[in-house]
Amino acid sequence: MNDLKEEAPMSIKRNLTRSRRVAAAAAVTVLATTLAACGGGEPGSGEEPAEAASAEEIEAALEEGGTIDFWTWTPQAQKQIDAFEKAYPNMTVNLTDTQGAEDHNTALQNAISAGSGIPDVAQLEYQSVPQFQLPGQLTDLTAYGFGDHEALYTPSTWGAVSQNGGIWGLPQDSGPMALFYNADVFEEHDLVVPETWDEYVEQARKLKEADPDKAMINDDGNGAGGVTSMIWQAGGKPFQVDGDTVTVDLADEGTQKWAEMYQQFIDEELASDIPGWTDEWYQALADGTIASIVVGAWMPGVLESGAPDGSGKWRVAPMPTYDGTPVNAENGGSTEVVPEGSDDKLLAAGFLQWLNADPESIKVFMETGGFPATVAELESEEFLGFESEYFGGQKINEVLAGGAENVVEGWQYLPWQSYANSIFSDTVGQAYLDKTSLLDGLAAWQEENVRYGTEQGFTVNG
Amino acid sequence: MAHSFARPRKSVTLTILMAGLVVYSLFPLWWLLMSATKPQELLSGSFGLLPAGEFALFANISEVLTHQDGIFVRWFGNTVVYVLAGAGGATLFAALGGYGLAKYRFRGRNAVFATVLGAVAVPGAALAVPTFLMFSELGLTNTMWSVILPTMVSPFGLYLMWVFASEAIPTELLEAARVDGAGEWRTFFTISLRLLAPGIVTVALFVIVATWNNYFLPLIMLSDKNLFPLAIGLASWNADATGVGATPVFHLVITGAVLTILPIVAVFLLLQRYWQSGLSAGGVKG
Repeated sequence: MNDLKEEAPMSIKRNLTRSRRVAAAAAVTVLATTLAACGGGEPGSGEEPAEAASAEEIEAALEEGGTIDFWTWTPQAQKQIDAFEKAYPNMTVNLTDTQGAEDHNTALQNAISAGSGIPDVAQLEYQSVPQFQLPGQLTDLTAYGFGDHEALYTPSTWGAVSQNGGIWGLPQDSGPMALFYNADVFEEHDLVVPETWDEYVEQARKLKEADPDKAMINDDGNGAGGVTSMIWQAGGKPFQVDGDTVTVDLADEGTQKWAEMYQQFIDEELASDIPGWTDEWYQALADGTIASIVVGAWMPGVLESGAPDGSGKWRVAPMPTYDGTPVNAENGGSTEVVPEGSDDKLLAAGFLQWLNADPESIKVFMETGGFPATVAELESEEFLGFESEYFGGQKINEVLAGGAENVVEGWQYLPWQSYANSIFSDTVGQAYLDKTSLLDGLAAWQEENVRYGTEQGFTVNG
Repeated sequence: MAHSFARPRKSVTLTILMAGLVVYSLFPLWWLLMSATKPQELLSGSFGLLPAGEFALFANISEVLTHQDGIFVRWFGNTVVYVLAGAGGATLFAALGGYGLAKYRFRGRNAVFATVLGAVAVPGAALAVPTFLMFSELGLTNTMWSVILPTMVSPFGLYLMWVFASEAIPTELLEAARVDGAGEWRTFFTISLRLLAPGIVTVALFVIVATWNNYFLPLIMLSDKNLFPLAIGLASWNADATGVGATPVFHLVITGAVLTILPIVAVFLLLQRYWQSGLSAGGVKG
């Protein structure tokens, strides 16, 4: 571990090189001592097998107690910890509120590079899991019996935490996509809630004609997360990761299908371009300037806290599709993981398991607006029957949970997704600004990703 | 020549230019003050340079002070600690060091001079990551020390004090003190320190402002919200408006920013006269 203290943090390249060194060294050791242990085979997942523990051993360790550090930006975390410490009085969980994914990832990468101050349990967005997993910075939780939990979660969230031959966390929440729309605006202009993207574009044209100050959708050209999710829904699989080999194909059939459809919003200026997450954006959501938004199932909480004046006006409908067959994708969502540098992995695994698999913890999470990833909760009558006041009494979870069933399988994110997202507005985003071709923008994004990935030491096909 | 430049002191063009610059500089400040009087829902909906709706300044202030269990007050206290210990230490070291380098001849003085000049050229942000790794090895990250200790070093302050001390303290005066039997420490604290006062105030103002506004160093060093200075704390409130579970509090960010700049404005106004005398001190001596 000593050599990495001299390295600059935040450098995935160096970490990856190091992890390969460590992986190679570990592989040699394993081969030399016991030939039976050479299971994995894939580079990047080749750390030494984690120390195993049964469910009883985990339970006993939690009863005995100890202290662990937990980094998260989940608003409900403190309440969950309170409940956990009540269930296991000898346990102490030190919470660090890391504010948001971006700062969180930087801080975590720094701590890992420095080799000190690494939390025992940390939150990661699904799209950031490969970034930490491939360089060998996460603990494979298979040895702690986490494979038994698979049936608890929706296939798409489980797929996001179990990749590359290991289980790297348990899903905390999910974000199946849906169409949120301002019913007042729809009624005023006699618009129909669209079922297909073609109908959606048609309604957008109608709205523009009726009231040019309003726009059916808003897109500031900076939403890599939303775009990748829409490509996901269209059946695109532009990113494929296999060990150290990454395939980037931002011109595959699904991606083209999305681009062709979405190009209409750009060419005909059917979208407004208010910067997301700003005060202006929240105002536009509240007063109907933005008439609808296609986004993850976590949006109701954002609307309620950010656009209280929109209360009663909003409704939710299934995500528009290409041919009427329900198809969906995930947008956002996170998992908790145990970093490889945790100094008490047994307790960390125990806490993580309680946090995202114990019904009591999930209940606390949902009470304050979290959207679950667990099948039992998604199917529970209480959840489905909930009538949202903000949505005019609509049973929104029926629609949102319905979306979780139709998520396209096989989606993967890049091992450098946060970098890729950071250059999105310079490449694809330019198409929005200049009203040019999305395909050209995607090609530019492709080129930059191939260049960057190669630079980071991956074998990139694309 | 038809034109005359008989009154160069009152150039209309320059006055207009200056007035324009003043307005330009005050523009964002004015916007900030006006926005602090508005409730959140009117922030973007109303004209930025005029008040709108009910006068919500006091409601905003009380919400700033109580939001998240009053953590703003804690951030304020932290910032004061960082300024007193960090900027105070930096000023003291700069005064001692600058004086020593200006008034004593010793081996390696030129090497020190070169090092200090070189250090002035390196931006603090570039050193933040190496400093983080060093502090991490010492186990000091995420403590107040990780912000205070690096702040106590100010190459630019040292350089300023050095230049100032060589101008402001006549060597003859020091020799006279020595002849009268005063020790070096006594000479420094009773004689030199007073002569250095204007320079010290200048350096103090400089490092106080830099510490009060420092963003990158505490951002990298601290993860515990309870240790944040105001700049990081406000940024974290701003970030609360983004992503899953977003709770936008833009009005608190703006009102918090007003409360954050007030002490700095006060410090400037209070210390201004010392500063002016510091700037003109060299001129008297000719």
